[in-house]
Amino acid sequence: MLHIKNLHAAIDGHEILRGINLDIKPGEVHAIMGPNGSGKSTLASVLAGKDDYEVTDGSVTFEGKDILEFSPEDRAREGIFLAFQYPVEIPGVSSNIFLRTALNQIREYRGQEPLDAVHFLKLVKEKMALVEIDPKLISRSLNEGFSGGEKKRNEIFQMAMLEPKLAILDETDSGLDIDALRIVANGVNKLKSPHNATIVVTHYQRLLDYIIPDFVHVLYKGRIVKSGDKSLALELEEKGYDWIKEESELVS
Amino acid sequence: MTDQIKDNFNSFEAQLNGESKLPWHKLRKEAYSAFESKGFPGPKDEEYKYTHVGRLFEKKVHYSIPKDEPTKSPRSVPTTFHEEDAIHIAIVDGVVAKISGSAAIEQGIVVITLREALKSHPEELNTHFGKYADINKDPFTALNTAFSYEGVFIQIPKKKKVEKPIILHYHFRNQKEGSVQTRNLMLVGPGAEVNIVESYSATSSQAFFGNHVSEIVVEPNAHLNYFKLQNQGSLTCQIDNTFIHQKRDSEVRTFTFTLEGKLIRNNLNIALDEENSTSHMYGLYVAHGDGHIDNHTVVDHRVPNCYSNEIYKGILDDNSKGVFNGKIFVRQDAQKTNAFQSNKNILLTDTASINTKPQLEIWADDVKCSHGCTTGQLDEKQLFYLRSRGIGASTARAMLLHAFVNDVLDNIEIDFLREFINSEIYKRLD
Repeated sequence: MLHIKNLHAAIDGHEILRGINLDIKPGEVHAIMGPNGSGKSTLASVLAGKDDYEVTDGSVTFEGKDILEFSPEDRAREGIFLAFQYPVEIPGVSSNIFLRTALNQIREYRGQEPLDAVHFLKLVKEKMALVEIDPKLISRSLNEGFSGGEKKRNEIFQMAMLEPKLAILDETDSGLDIDALRIVANGVNKLKSPHNATIVVTHYQRLLDYIIPDFVHVLYKGRIVKSGDKSLALELEEKGYDWIKEESELVS
Repeated sequence: MTDQIKDNFNSFEAQLNGESKLPWHKLRKEAYSAFESKGFPGPKDEEYKYTHVGRLFEKKVHYSIPKDEPTKSPRSVPTTFHEEDAIHIAIVDGVVAKISGSAAIEQGIVVITLREALKSHPEELNTHFGKYADINKDPFTALNTAFSYEGVFIQIPKKKKVEKPIILHYHFRNQKEGSVQTRNLMLVGPGAEVNIVESYSATSSQAFFGNHVSEIVVEPNAHLNYFKLQNQGSLTCQIDNTFIHQKRDSEVRTFTFTLEGKLIRNNLNIALDEENSTSHMYGLYVAHGDGHIDNHTVVDHRVPNCYSNEIYKGILDDNSKGVFNGKIFVRQDAQKTNAFQSNKNILLTDTASINTKPQLEIWADDVKCSHGCTTGQLDEKQLFYLRSRGIGASTARAMLLHAFVNDVLDNIEIDFLREFINSEIYKRLD
């Protein structure tokens, strides 16, 4: 589904990703862990098409298409979804209109008929229940005045609405209390299918108690320096990142 | 420099048979001398520092009595609104051409031409006409007064709640370069409620110069919503001077929407003459191409316990220029005044610009006043967030611009009007 080959990316001439290689198949959950500043969020942003970053080398193909050539909206329409670490507040844009516009532009791209108001609202109700989000939130401006937990939950709600093939959760656990964490993780798990894949970017192992990864990768200084199964996450929790740093310094 | 205008004035006067004894006639003469002594504002005129307008008016403009008499040329209302939604007045090329049927005009409401009012409401004209539009301050007001002839007189009787808005449709279709000057007097009686709209449009392919003055008196406990909708093609130049006087317990909301024009200058002057009055001033300007839009507002707190709030927002594209100058005067007696002002702008290009200046002059000591202005670009983070959800770049931009202007538009209470203005703005933004 997703093939990342030797991906290098820089911001303001400063190289942050230094040769990422990663293959993801449908149905898989990949966790990307690593100390602060290792490039985790950069990887998520580059995949979503944020143009602050310049891709200096390598390739990313998604379902056979070179998505580095695609605009952010076209990546979304192809089925990539980024749950933001810091969801943006947009006063004056109603959540309702925002979601319907997004959904219908994605449908149009895929040659589907737009959803009418009735079907749209039906879908909203259904998905809201899935992520246990307060229906009042959708009548408000997008993320405006939402608490940290509400914003994160709203990200998962949007993901439920847009049904991406590849979801990238960027530090979705940061700032969540244990109840909110459980609800968000439940939402993600319910949306899991053999046809879609998830990348969970996180600093802590905590979220991985709820979203069980098939693979865990450790990112350090812009490279994946170690991969394993879920036991690697537990090991990191116990020992911290220092031994990984030492190991990788020895290798390089 | 103004010889041509002087000739115009002399021949204009000569055509006004039998008016030499009227006070109006005297006022015209005074106004002309006031204009003559001042002339058009030059580059050093502080009030017109960013808007060099005189030369345009000086060279190309002829002033005379409009030739068409209304009865001879009944024209349909060039409207985008449904006939039955409002009371319509068509002012075509500066001539009041049609006032919609008497059935539409509810009992007691007076909507007639200024010339008719001269005969039927001489007392009101003597009391109010030219009493608020100060000919010694703004040369365009003086010029308009000197040539005042055509316009609309509106009187809303005591306690009358006028259900339908009264819409003045100014339409320019003349295919020659030209100018129009209209002059309105609107009296909103005690306890009355009314919505008045002045809507400007053009099908003319020529440059057009409009110099409009309206005097409005809002009597005790009356409510007025007053709209200006300027959407008249990229060739039009317009100077608008509006003078509103508010009496005790009155409430006024003004809405000034400028969507297109070569050079638009609005002088909105609100005087709070009596206690406990409230004014809301909303403005929205969307400029593109080489358009130039200038809003000068004055709210004059003359007495205690009044409230004023002003929100003006601008979106400037291409090489367009915006000017905002908001004056708040709080006189020494005007204790317990609340006065707020905000001007926010988005520049869509590097070549668009805005000059914004709040100007507070406060002589009272027990007041709450605030002002603020911001100028910036569209927020890249917000844009990326929308696009990352599959929303195309141009739609995302339009959504953000809409969000920016919504807190102005949301204050329009008349549904069809809000929808119309909304859709006009959509057309501009998309």
